[in-house]
Order: sequence, then structure tokens, then C-alpha cells
Amino acid sequence: MCENKFAEEKFRELDGFIEKVGASEGNLIEILHKAQDLFGYLPKEVQLYVSRSLGISAAKVNGVVTFYSYFTEIPKGKHVISVCMGTACFVRGASDILVALEKKLGIKTGQTTKDGKFTIDSLRCVGACGLAPVVIADGKVHGRVEVDDLDNILVELESGVR
Amino acid sequence: MNKVNITINDMNISVPENYTVLEAAREVEIEIPTLCHLNLHDLKAVNRSASCRVCVVEVEGRGPLSPSCSTYVSEGMVIKTNTPRAVKARRTMVELLLSDHPKDCLTCEKNQQCDLQKLAANLGVREIEYTGAQSTYEKDNSSYSIFRNLDKCVLCRRCETMCNEVQTCGILSGMDRGFETVVGPAFGLPMIDTMCTFCGQCVAVCPTAALTEISNVRQVWDAINDPDKFVVVQTAPAVRVALGEEFGMEPGTIVTGKMAAALRRMGFDKIFDTDFAADLTIVEEASELIHRVQNGGRLPILTSCCPAWVKFFEHQFPDLLDIPSTCKSPHEMFGAIVKTYYAEKFKIDPHKIVVVSVMPCLAKKYEAARPELSGKGMQNVDYVISTREAAKMIKEAGINFINLPDEGFDNPLGESTGASVIFGTTGGVIEAALRTAADWLTGESLEKIDYHQLRGLEGIREGTVNIGGTDFKIGIAHGLGNARKLLEDIRAGKTEYHAIEIMACPGGCIGGGGQPYHQGDSDIIKKRAEAIYREDKGKAKRKSHENVNVIELYKEFLGEFYGEKAHELLHTKYQKRELI
Repeated sequence: MCENKFAEEKFRELDGFIEKVGASEGNLIEILHKAQDLFGYLPKEVQLYVSRSLGISAAKVNGVVTFYSYFTEIPKGKHVISVCMGTACFVRGASDILVALEKKLGIKTGQTTKDGKFTIDSLRCVGACGLAPVVIADGKVHGRVEVDDLDNILVELESGVR
Repeated sequence: MNKVNITINDMNISVPENYTVLEAAREVEIEIPTLCHLNLHDLKAVNRSASCRVCVVEVEGRGPLSPSCSTYVSEGMVIKTNTPRAVKARRTMVELLLSDHPKDCLTCEKNQQCDLQKLAANLGVREIEYTGAQSTYEKDNSSYSIFRNLDKCVLCRRCETMCNEVQTCGILSGMDRGFETVVGPAFGLPMIDTMCTFCGQCVAVCPTAALTEISNVRQVWDAINDPDKFVVVQTAPAVRVALGEEFGMEPGTIVTGKMAAALRRMGFDKIFDTDFAADLTIVEEASELIHRVQNGGRLPILTSCCPAWVKFFEHQFPDLLDIPSTCKSPHEMFGAIVKTYYAEKFKIDPHKIVVVSVMPCLAKKYEAARPELSGKGMQNVDYVISTREAAKMIKEAGINFINLPDEGFDNPLGESTGASVIFGTTGGVIEAALRTAADWLTGESLEKIDYHQLRGLEGIREGTVNIGGTDFKIGIAHGLGNARKLLEDIRAGKTEYHAIEIMACPGGCIGGGGQPYHQGDSDIIKKRAEAIYREDKGKAKRKSHENVNVIELYKEFLGEFYGEKAHELLHTKYQKRELI
């Protein structure tokens, strides 16, 4: 009940946003960004809502959501750690970091730990190649990361100290 | 249109400036192979995704090869279509496509009708250098109508263009990216859980066997070979002007007599005609129209023969569910009559009767499974096979179709008029209904029964027909994109019609998703339409209410037109369905 009310509010806010930017196909990606900000992820009912509000087929909306790796259809953990796998980061050892992180948390990229705390993502170039390899933890950019730094990053996330 | 001068394979030619290199090449009989490209000129839709890169050519001054389907000509352009580099690149593209394609051509549904197979043969692909990952996806046979086998998809996006731009249904779209890319419904849903109308136009344009019909050939053979079953076959109007194409005959050849002969030799117990039921549909629908006009009922009345159209409005226009005619489609009426009237008259246990429909349509397969189209625990129609499946069965049975003598249908459910034949083309149903309504409203037997103003292949047409001093405003649309426009205008109160005919497939049933593949060639559709009107002209009777066996059916069994028993057996209801 409480959660439903919560969702209703989010849909209202999404409505307001759609009205502001305009319910046109050209604004689909922007609207999906907002929806993901609000709901944390893009479940089927949110995608259907966007599809009907904009008069675009559900298949097209779902096509866009599944095309861009930023969008997710499954809820993410409390903390999201993204490892950049762009060219510069990759040649400077990003895959070693990703493998170590997967081992440490016992999950694969794209998955969330059972306790719902951590999600591992990989992404393509974030434009901080000078800092390669780059890890983004809850939006904070960590540069020149080494495998040994991972414990500190995880502790920092858990303690909430940024 | 301004023209530009170009040189193509050392020939200097002048072509309109909006031409692509591909179109220019075809002007001088240069055949550049294509795969994803599909130009549906008459439908004003073109699939130009340039995704397959099979049509690449060399353009002087440009480093990389250019895809000819999406490269426009320009003044002074020098093009070479068959250089070793271009030919090698094409072959490589096809080899790469084949490296992730099942090599089961011998047992494939599209064997000998596959564009990819033809391409590999024409390009002389003899071995595939590339080995790599092979995609495997779950097959989707959820829908009664359309079988999706994405292992065979080449991502040409033709189906997507058809589904989104022509039919405006929006079921199919590209999902995911890279090697994981698939074309399919939202959320990976099975087709049956979407608002797909099963028109089958995606199947009609698929170059491979990624999209095919769900086949009922085995079930029909099993029924024929079961001595306990009484198997009755009926054939839709549009089948008789297209079936011959599957045997190499010219498009537009009328093969009604050979078709009846072939079905008889295949072992069906009775060869009947959906045209009989089309006449029955007309007397019911014309009665309903007159009833609505004379009693201040809801207008316009919409025809309801097309099951894809019916499903379309259930999903898309649930607020207008009271305007379509409640008449079942002809083959469903036929099934209901066979399992009641015919069974009683000839003392056959209706549970032993198997009704098989040969249809130009894939949506009819889904329609036959709709639970409300049944009676006494039996579906009205048991199996639907497409024109293509019928041809396969004829070939399987070793029947030399081309040399068969002309035979007739069996009676009493094989008798039909010219009015029923024209059901097969866009505008035909409404013309047939007017022939009957006009006679009934004037109380005369009118001689002028060719409503030329309603004919043609324009996507949306309208005309006014004066019957006994009253003007009837008629609307016609074919192709679901056109239907949507017409319905949106009605919803907005912009237009007023008395009656509207809608067919989901471009051209009407002659262009149905179950017809011989026409690869978007609208000349074939036109020839089928001409054949339909020729067949109509050649009929002794051309008005549905003059069908003596229909009259007898009412006298012996149904009672009044649009009466209680007719309602019970021949009418149906519609339901709101979800938009997804």
C-alpha cells in the first residue's frame, strides 16, 4: 500500500517531466533517463507507461532500453560500481580490476549481490582516459585504480563517507 | 524531376536525381544483388536499412565501397558494379551471414524460396571461411499463426518496416545490440501475448525462414487419412487466383477448377467453397446495414471479415467496439453451418466432421482458435492452411496440378455468386453488400451492379452510392496503417460514412500473408485483382441473395435473415484487448 503510493508519486513526477520536455519521440531517451532516476530501474510497467504517454510502440521503447547499456530493466543494488572498459582503461588493466572485483563480491558483471548491496557494471569510455583505468563508484570517479584499491573503495561505499 | 548524368559500368546514362545507384543500375539491366532492400513502391514504404552490405559497388573517388540501395546518384558520378573488389566483398558479406546461419537448407521451410539461399548460389559461395559463435534462440510458436525462428534471422529489418510503417502495429523492433541483437516484440514476449494482428505481412517479406507460418499440413493429412473422420475443405476467394503461381503459372491465372480437382484427389470427403459462405455473410451483413439505417442504429457499419482487422480494432479502438458488423467471417460461418445444418441434413455426427479452410491468410489460423467461434464444444473451423501450404500438400500428393481437368465444387455448400468472389480484393466486400442492399431497398432487381467507383488499389478510397434516392457514403481502406487513419477520423468525428470496408493486407486478401510470396511486387497483386473481377464477370449469378442454396438454407434451417437462429450461428462479439 505504502509502496503503491510511493510509485504513484513517481509516476506523477514523471508526468510532470514529460509535460515539461514534450511528449515526443525525440525526447524518449531523456524521458527514460528521468524515469530511471525516479524508479532506480526501468521495469516493464514503467516502459509501458512511457510508451503509452508518448504514443510510441512498447517494442520501440524496449528496443531503446535494451540497446543502451546505461538503462537497466532489473533493480540495481544500493551501491553501483562501474568499471570502464574503454580502450584506454582496457590497455591499462581494467579487465584485471573487473575480474578481481567479481571475485571479491562473488558475482558477475551486471549482477547484484544477494544482500542487495552491490552491483557491478562495466561501461565504455567515460571520457577520463587520462585517469585510466577508471572505476566509478556511486557516481564518484576513482582514477588510476589498482586491484589493491578495491577494498578501500568498497569500505568507503559501505560507510557512506565520500 | 531533374536528371543527372552518370557513368555506370562504362555506360553513360541520364537518370532522375532522386534515384539510388541501385535504381539507376536496374534502368540499364544491371542486376546488383540485394538482401535487406525492399521497395514497396505502391505502399510508399521502403526498407533501406543498408544493413546487409550485399549491394556494395565502387564509386570513383570514394575510398570504401558504397551500398547501392542507399547511395544516391549525383552529377558526373562514375560507378562500377562488378569489379573484383565489389564482387569479393559481396561474397564475403554473404559468407559472414552464413557463418551465423543454420546450414539446414534441405529441411528448411523456405527451401528454394529463400533469398539468402539464392544469393549464396548466385554469388558462387562454395565454402565458408569463417567460423564463429552461432546464435541460438528459443523458437516462438505461441500464436497459431506465425512461427519465429530467430536463428535464421539476418537482421534485414524488412519485417520491422512492414510492421511499423505499413501496418503501424509496432510489434517488431530491434532489441539489444551487437551479436545479441534480435528483432522481436517488447520484453521478449511471445507473439500471442502482444497486440500482433497476425496479418502475416512480416512473413510475406521475410527473406529467410526467420518468420514463417505455423504449419497445419501434418494435422490435415492425419485427418484425411483417419477413416473415422469426415473431412470437409473450403477455399477462400483469393486462393483461386494465386495458387497457380506456386506451380509456375502466370500471376492472375484463375485455377478454380484445377484447385477443386486437386483437393478431391488429395482425399477430402467434400470440396466446398468459402464463397458460398461469403454470399451468406452478405445477406446477413446487408440485413444488418439496413436494420441499422432504418432503426437509427450506430453508423458507420464496419465489415468484419478480416480477422487481423478485428484483432487490430480490439486492441487499438476498444471504444468503437459497437460499430463493426457482428457477422462472423465467411469461413467461420461456413464451419458453423457444416456442423449444424449440413450434419443434420446428411445425418453425419458433427463430432466426426473436420472443417479445413484453405486461406490466403495467416490470421485465419488464430481466428479459428478463438474460443467464442465455436458451438456445442466444437470449434467452427478445425484447421486453416495457407495457399502456400495447400500447394505444398498438392505437390506432396504427387498431383500434376497444371494438367488437371477443371472440376466443380460439391453441393449444396459449393454454390456461389460473383458477389462472393470479389471478397478477395479490396473493395469487394462492400460492393457485394451494396449489390444486395440496393436490390432490397429499391425492391427491384437492378442491372447496374458494377460499382467501379469503389474499385482500385488506392490505400484509402471513398465513394457515394445512390440507392433509391438515398446517398450511401462508403469508405474503404486496405493496409492497417490506412485503416488506422480512417478510424482516427471517425473517432474524431471528422468523417461520416454509412459503411466501411477494411482489409488488413495491402490489396485485400489477394495480398494476404498466406499467399505465394510476391516480394513486394505489386504488379502481381494487380493481376490477381483483375482475375478476381474476371471470375465475377463470368458467373451466372452475381448477387449474393440470388444464391439458390443460400435461399434454401434459410428456408430449411435458419429461418429469417438476421433472425434468431442466424444470430446464434452466424454472429459473434468482440472484446477489448490490451495495448502491448
